[in-house]
Amino acid sequence: MRWIAVALLSLLSLPAMADGVPRDGALGFQPAASPLMEEITSFHNILLWIIIPVTIFVLALLIIVAVKYNAKANKVPSKFSHNTMIEIVWTLVPVIILLFIAYFSFPLLYRGDVFPDVDEAEVVNVKAQGNQWNWTYTYTDVIVDDYPVEFVSNPIHRGLPDEPEGTADAPRNLAVDLPMVVPVDTVVRVQTAASDVIHSFAVPAFGIKTDAVPGRLNELWFLANETGTYYGQCSELCGKDHAFMPIEIRVVTQAQYEAWLERVTGNSVEDARQYLAEITNESPVQLASVQ
Amino acid sequence: MPMDAITPADELHHEDDHKIGFIQRWFFSTNHKDIGTLYLIAAIIFGLVGTFLSGLIRMELAAPEIGPLTHFVLWGVEGATQAEKIEAAKHFYNTVITYHGLIMIFFMVMPALIGGFGNWFVPIMIGAPDMAFPRMNNISFWLLPAAFLLAVVSMLVPGGPSGNGFGGGWVLYPPLSSTTGHPGPSMDLLILSLHIAGISSILGAINFIVTILNMRAPGMTIHKMPLFVWAMLITAFLLVLSLPVLAGALTMLLTDRNFGTTFFDPAGGGDPIMFQHLFWFFGHPEVYIMILPAFGIVSHIVSTFSKKPVFGYLGMAYAMASIGFIGFIVWAHHMYTVGMNVDLKAYFVAATMIIAVPTGIKIFSWIATMWGGSIEFKVPMLWAIGFIFLFTVGGVTGVVLANAGVDHALHDTYYVVAHFHYVLSLGAVFALFAGWFYWYEKMFGIKYNGFLAGIQFWLMFIGANVVFFPQHFLGLQGMPRRYIDYADGFVLWNQVSSFGYLFILASLFFFFAVVIESVVRRRKADANPWGEYATTLEWTLPSPPPFHQFNELPKVK
Repeated sequence: MRWIAVALLSLLSLPAMADGVPRDGALGFQPAASPLMEEITSFHNILLWIIIPVTIFVLALLIIVAVKYNAKANKVPSKFSHNTMIEIVWTLVPVIILLFIAYFSFPLLYRGDVFPDVDEAEVVNVKAQGNQWNWTYTYTDVIVDDYPVEFVSNPIHRGLPDEPEGTADAPRNLAVDLPMVVPVDTVVRVQTAASDVIHSFAVPAFGIKTDAVPGRLNELWFLANETGTYYGQCSELCGKDHAFMPIEIRVVTQAQYEAWLERVTGNSVEDARQYLAEITNESPVQLASVQ
Repeated sequence: MPMDAITPADELHHEDDHKIGFIQRWFFSTNHKDIGTLYLIAAIIFGLVGTFLSGLIRMELAAPEIGPLTHFVLWGVEGATQAEKIEAAKHFYNTVITYHGLIMIFFMVMPALIGGFGNWFVPIMIGAPDMAFPRMNNISFWLLPAAFLLAVVSMLVPGGPSGNGFGGGWVLYPPLSSTTGHPGPSMDLLILSLHIAGISSILGAINFIVTILNMRAPGMTIHKMPLFVWAMLITAFLLVLSLPVLAGALTMLLTDRNFGTTFFDPAGGGDPIMFQHLFWFFGHPEVYIMILPAFGIVSHIVSTFSKKPVFGYLGMAYAMASIGFIGFIVWAHHMYTVGMNVDLKAYFVAATMIIAVPTGIKIFSWIATMWGGSIEFKVPMLWAIGFIFLFTVGGVTGVVLANAGVDHALHDTYYVVAHFHYVLSLGAVFALFAGWFYWYEKMFGIKYNGFLAGIQFWLMFIGANVVFFPQHFLGLQGMPRRYIDYADGFVLWNQVSSFGYLFILASLFFFFAVVIESVVRRRKADANPWGEYATTLEWTLPSPPPFHQFNELPKVK
């Protein structure tokens, strides 16, 4: 019964928590944490209003046929095999439905793909390089001693025995030792690349997914509009530990972001990690964001 | 020139009386019916291997954390620790999903639908004595077990640093499939295996095209051909046009791996994405190669058991032709996340959505065929109706995925897995069973027990839905494909999905029970068990048909 309650809750899209974590028994998308994902969710809702009725319509026709035209109910089959009118209808109606879908689909595609028109100075740039099997994050705008700030984000869990149990702060198979940290309400440009094989950078709550391909520099952008911790997972088969190279993004306030940057640029990774743990404990932010 | 076909059949007529030895009949066979039977037997054996692999997948995913597969690895390694076994199991899981996909596509669905039913019934339906090139038919079958053997060997030899076998998915993307990801001989054997399977299919396809274009009985014009023959003709063209592209990509991969070329290696100016374009230029027509023969089979069955002619015959035929054509210009919808230009994505969105139109025509035409009919719900009809409904479900999720904007959220998640299993595992496979039970008595001359076969249908229908429907939810919630272990938020629906697999196992048990029961009882089948609305030529022949049929060509009015 518990899962029915959970499922119903998720149907009504009342997030049990604001963080981008998959919830057991959910039926739909994770709660959106970016304007793009909000649009994807509402477009998908439009699609559901089309595909579910279409499926039910076909099922209903099959049931009608089975009831009315089974051998017992209808002993003498009719002979017709053509009806130009109905053939035109079932060609044109799907075309109209598809045009209706396209009307919403193309703007969404361009909205997600085209980098928004914002002041470059306010954009946070992060390069995410996929490796077998972790991510290297490079803050290309933050230069210390002629080099950009760069760190490796390793998974905490790799499916092995003697690993820490999953917790709410560090869920199993999702948490990393050092997350990517970005400020809230800011456009973040992520450039993806790969050092060995193809990986894919994906965060469901932001509605983003772009492959990290050796020899290429791909680009995606997101704007997180709620603080919190958002998880994603590598989404292109990349070998043995494909299931164990998660993506964790901490979205914090601008002040917290600057405080964190200060510690990272001071080359004190341990300090930066501790700071993140501190703001996790002190922040009722996640709870407050349940609207 | 149908008249030419009479002479060779007449000459062979005298050989009818000779008893052919077992070896000569089944190993050197040039008879399209025997080769069709061989294809079906091979597909059943290979399909069992593929099903076993899918069982491993569902067993591992039944609960979070890596467990069951650790018992399948490092056999004979003394003192392997649990951590070592888990590391080995991770790679083993990747090989399992890879070979599950490859075996089901290349060694189960294609041989059964094209090699099996195609060989058996295309010549009979067009009133021909045999295929145009009977000896080539023999080699296109025998290349298949050879290819399968290579695939099995490839699973057992060193693949990469993590273990034996190739674990890069059926799509074989480099650099994971080049020496970067899998330096061992496994991938080379797999390339060879797919080359040979490809040659087998190309030879078969050439045979079908020549047979259908040249050997139709007098009066059997193109527009009078049964829809299954139409489907096979279009399928054969898709095979001939798409497989060489795969062969080219595989050859480039082979030279990249062994001879220092860098087609797909950026270090030498190549591009891994080029492989994906080539692969999907083959790969997308490939999915229609699997489904078009299924369309043909379903059309015949729906018409036969509704006791009505197929509604909109020409529309049905040209819907298949247009699906085949559009299938060649939509390949990059498998690649929305590789970093393509947005205008290019927009084109592929538009082209992909258009496929929904001819597909809709087919679905509605089948229903219109049933409308006003006098439907008998015999076993083949159950499978056909099951096919229509489940293919609709898979079709509408296809429309969702066609939209690149949404696909950015769903690409490479379980939503995609659910979608393509609805159209293939529940679509093509349902049509396979439909064809099997439609033609079983015709092919083997014995009756089967409809009650047992009915139980098989219902178990499979329930099982397949319980396995695959919850996977939509997993995908929407963000669970990526090809994961041996998942986060705690994906537990419930994975459990449900694995539970459903038990129904499918039970269904397979009944499948073999039906076959064994029919073989033991040996009830003699009628020439036409389905009545006057089974109108194609195979029903004019006795069951099983004579070794050589149509010594005098039938005249089609």
